[in-house]
Amino acid sequence: MKSQPAYWRERPQFYRMEAGKCTACGKICYPPRLICPVCQARTFEKINLPLEGKLLTFTVVRVAPSKFVDQAPYAIGLIETDGGGRLMAQIVDCDPDSLAIGQEVKLEFRKISADGEAGIICYGHKGVPA
Amino acid sequence: MRDVAVIGVGMMKWGELWEKSLRDIYVEAALNAIDDAGVDRVDSLYIGCMSGGLFNGQEHLGSLMADYLGLGPLPAVRVESACASGGLAFRQGWMEVASGISDVVLVGGVEKMTDVGGDEATYALSTAADQTYEGYHGITFPGLYAMIARAYMDQYGATSEQLAAVAVKNHLNGSNNPYAQYPHKVTVEQVVNSVMVADPLHILDCSPITDGAAAVVLCPMSMVSDLTKGKRPTVKITGSGHSTDTIALHARDDLTWFGATERAAAAAFKMAGRKPSDIQVTEVHDCFTIAEIGVTEALGYFERGKGAAAAADGLTAIGGPKPVNPSGGLKSKGHPVGATGVAQIVELVKQLRGECDDRQIAGARLALAQNMGGSGGSTVVHILEGE
Amino acid sequence: MEVGIVGYGSSIPRQRIKVEEIAKVWGADAPSYKKGLMLYEKSVPGPDQDVISLSVEAARRALKRSGGVAPREIGAIYIGSESHPYAVKPSGTVVAEALGATPDIHCADFEFACKAGSEGMFVAMSLVKAGEVKYAMGIGADTSQGAPGDALEYSASAGSAAFLMGSSDLVAVCEHTHSFMTDTPDFWRREYMHYPRHAGRFTGEPAYFNHTLGAAKAVLEKSGMEPGDFNWAIFHQPNGKFPQRVGKMLGFTKEQMEPGWLSPWLGNTYSGASPIGLTATLDVAKPGDKILMVSYGSGSGSDAFVWTVTDRILEVQELTEKTRPMLDNDKRYLEYGAYAKCRAKIRMGE
Repeated sequence: MKSQPAYWRERPQFYRMEAGKCTACGKICYPPRLICPVCQARTFEKINLPLEGKLLTFTVVRVAPSKFVDQAPYAIGLIETDGGGRLMAQIVDCDPDSLAIGQEVKLEFRKISADGEAGIICYGHKGVPA
Repeated sequence: MRDVAVIGVGMMKWGELWEKSLRDIYVEAALNAIDDAGVDRVDSLYIGCMSGGLFNGQEHLGSLMADYLGLGPLPAVRVESACASGGLAFRQGWMEVASGISDVVLVGGVEKMTDVGGDEATYALSTAADQTYEGYHGITFPGLYAMIARAYMDQYGATSEQLAAVAVKNHLNGSNNPYAQYPHKVTVEQVVNSVMVADPLHILDCSPITDGAAAVVLCPMSMVSDLTKGKRPTVKITGSGHSTDTIALHARDDLTWFGATERAAAAAFKMAGRKPSDIQVTEVHDCFTIAEIGVTEALGYFERGKGAAAAADGLTAIGGPKPVNPSGGLKSKGHPVGATGVAQIVELVKQLRGECDDRQIAGARLALAQNMGGSGGSTVVHILEGE
Repeated sequence: MEVGIVGYGSSIPRQRIKVEEIAKVWGADAPSYKKGLMLYEKSVPGPDQDVISLSVEAARRALKRSGGVAPREIGAIYIGSESHPYAVKPSGTVVAEALGATPDIHCADFEFACKAGSEGMFVAMSLVKAGEVKYAMGIGADTSQGAPGDALEYSASAGSAAFLMGSSDLVAVCEHTHSFMTDTPDFWRREYMHYPRHAGRFTGEPAYFNHTLGAAKAVLEKSGMEPGDFNWAIFHQPNGKFPQRVGKMLGFTKEQMEPGWLSPWLGNTYSGASPIGLTATLDVAKPGDKILMVSYGSGSGSDAFVWTVTDRILEVQELTEKTRPMLDNDKRYLEYGAYAKCRAKIRMGE
């Protein structure tokens, strides 16, 4: 992410997995939203997603976009955290061929990307097989 | 609401058009459509283009294309819906004629993707996904569809060979399409042995990077004989539907279902008073082989989970009971993003006119086009009927 | 008032490279590293691991062992490293933000070669002792590199250790400290240079040994204790040999040093070295145990600490990942090419 304000704005979500839980229907929105997409209520309780979950699906990206070329190949997938919030994240410290749908994962704090050698460094979470 | 006809179509051979610029290809397709229609005026134009900004550093396409079309200072609207930009531009053009605001509307789609390198093109395409929560982690479009493919294969037991059958069929069809970027046949073995782009999708499961444009001319049914002198069968737009879905996979309830396609198709069928079994020829958005499979299910052609076998068993071949992508689809014809949705209309109009030679579906009278953006975040469906 | 460690934790990357793999590429004699320096393999951080990410992981574990300290109660955070990701912009701000400890918190990054971490621990603890803050986090973390083919390449590795300091519910009380420092140019890195330089054999006696012994002897005298009074001892460990030798010189046994002696398999985690050794020792310590920890940082100086383990240690050891299992399990071995790519040692296109 090149934009400093855009990155800075997302710290609660990138760094602390902050989500919103609809006070009316319990839907967990990660990232948080202004309006619940299920029941259209407008109030949410601030929660932190747990750092444990399982893999719903995944792939291994071998042809990467420009800013991720150095990282290829990398596994990336949809993780559902215990309790229901979902996120897209890379899955690291593993042999990608050993991953399977349903795999339990833990979320670790990692560097996601950097804006070249001189721009800001962006952090977030990645999954690691549990 | 007036009934609307498509009276002219135009495109060119797609590929890496090094010598033609963004404006060149739009205007070329537009003039081909105008000549095909035989009209001498256009009231307004639509430009479907995903990202003139990221691929070419060029915004303000309305002004640019109206200027270079050379027919005077026309109202011009650039429409964006990622890979559904062309289909959505077509819908907007249809609405302008149907509402009575304009009589002759040109709808063109264009994308010039080769002025940037492959990495930059992959990045530009990835902006159709959720930038902050998918793109941030290094997602690509092959990657997103690969995730859908893996979930589908896990859920229904589909195989890579079944996915490959879609590519084989579309290349076979494309080999009879003079406009196709890659008009050569491929085999299942070639597809499954081609290099992996994002597991389980191989490069031959994926549509290419392409430069190209396509255009159509619309007018009210009531003006067809005046404008075209009754030269050929009239094609009427009888159904139009448009829906969205979550932009990000992580918010989607059902990973293997293209809900926006289901909803857009339902609206189009309702408007046209038709059902899936009525459709004789279909053009769908096969950005990846798995997309065509999932879409044929969401359109109601096959039961959930049966689309892969249907393709592998030849049900969607020309000559089969439910031909899909006689043009060669995005796979063989190419996928200049904003142009695709309009090129689908070009193919279907020609099918309904009987002009498709070796890829003609005999006696085609009822056609459907499905154009999809991102990982299914937006979809436009149109139904066309010939005389 | 008593001050000391309320919670502790560490983080060690899963990737490893063996000494033989490095020696093979440079035509060096692996056995002399293994036997002479007692180095067998080292940790290798992934391209997505740096001092900030490793510090967050260690700090989260320290909080898990803290008995419910809320992040907003942390009044200061000091991370010591010689491989902070930014030259200007503290690692501590990202770590504090990730923990949810901002905005009412002191922060600055520390540098003193391999003793930046222990200095951060000392200052964190002293701030609590001075009554300025209720809790303070001191972290030692590094992902330092040695120049390709240089002796330091065999040991420079990555890891982190975090200590939440406070004055209540302690797992280890700090009884005495001493810092022994002189200006000694044994190992340094100039601004904008990629790799550090060192003065060969000069790094031994006048540097590592002089300062480690200086700090250790001073704190032993201060405390009135002898080596035999301690259960455990941890020394800075740039290789396997130096800490064993200095421990022996002081009169400590191999058994006393065993749980905190990690460098043969971990490598030299620089600012993380003796702090990580301390976490591994706390993982197996019993109530009442006495621990001596002496760091060393080139330039040069040593920080010595005397700790007394409390009853509460038994409540926290199992609460999160322990250090030795992290070192021994789930290892992923790299060949030199993958390691060079990981460590950005390959000249890439513009």
